[in-house]
Amino acid sequence: MQNDAKPLSPHLQVYRPQVTSVLSIMHRLTGIVLVLAAMLLTYWLAAAAYGPDAFARAQIVLESWFGRLVMFGFTFSLFYHLLNGFRHLGWDMGKGFDLTRLRITGGLVVIGSIALTLLSWMWAYGHVGKL
Amino acid sequence: MADISRNKRQLRSNLSRVRGLGSTREGVHHWWAQRMSAVALIPLSMWFVYSLITLTGADYQSFHAWVSEFGNSVFLVLLIITLFHHAQLGVTVVIEDYVHSEAIKMAMVLVVKYGTMLFAASSVFAVLKISLVG
Repeated sequence: MQNDAKPLSPHLQVYRPQVTSVLSIMHRLTGIVLVLAAMLLTYWLAAAAYGPDAFARAQIVLESWFGRLVMFGFTFSLFYHLLNGFRHLGWDMGKGFDLTRLRITGGLVVIGSIALTLLSWMWAYGHVGKL
Repeated sequence: MADISRNKRQLRSNLSRVRGLGSTREGVHHWWAQRMSAVALIPLSMWFVYSLITLTGADYQSFHAWVSEFGNSVFLVLLIITLFHHAQLGVTVVIEDYVHSEAIKMAMVLVVKYGTMLFAASSVFAVLKISLVG
């Protein structure tokens, strides 16, 4: 029978944070954040399908400073989840498990996702000539 | 483990063991589906980010024109289905890991499964309405 008192994994409160564990929980957090991004995509498409007024309201929300901040976070989450996803696919093939490579690829994911986020936004602003 | 044939107390049949589907009779299906959807999402999400960048500042008419283009409609529908499927698989695992009450866990997984279907269906319908009706 099930013993409800026994400790269940993941036992986070007694686990000292390390690069590997922090990057790992970041993968889950960005995944959850991206679900919210997907729901915003639904709202955006639905507003466009509904008509010009609904779309204009959606654009006001998205183009506000808060909307931009949220979408900046979504952009970072997407690139982080994507780049760290490559690490996961590598691990699934049994590659890159030694500590040195874990740290190098982890660092590349963090730097890469920040760089790609900034580049995307600079490109987007350049596209409308608002930079 | 090394000599499983000598274990006289095994409860599963030889066929059940050789199929490798485990106690849930599902095996690696969930794991595999998550990886396959992840691989599909690599090009789809890159295309989507590029599209969003080029759509920055687009008005209602130009957004409708973009969605209505055949290739964009197809890729949007593919993105939506793959994205919500992948999301549902991922969030289910997170819930199963952190929620230990069986009743709450089941309720949350149900909300996630039905919710992602609702959002995916709404998104696909929106794309179809924009491209077919306008």
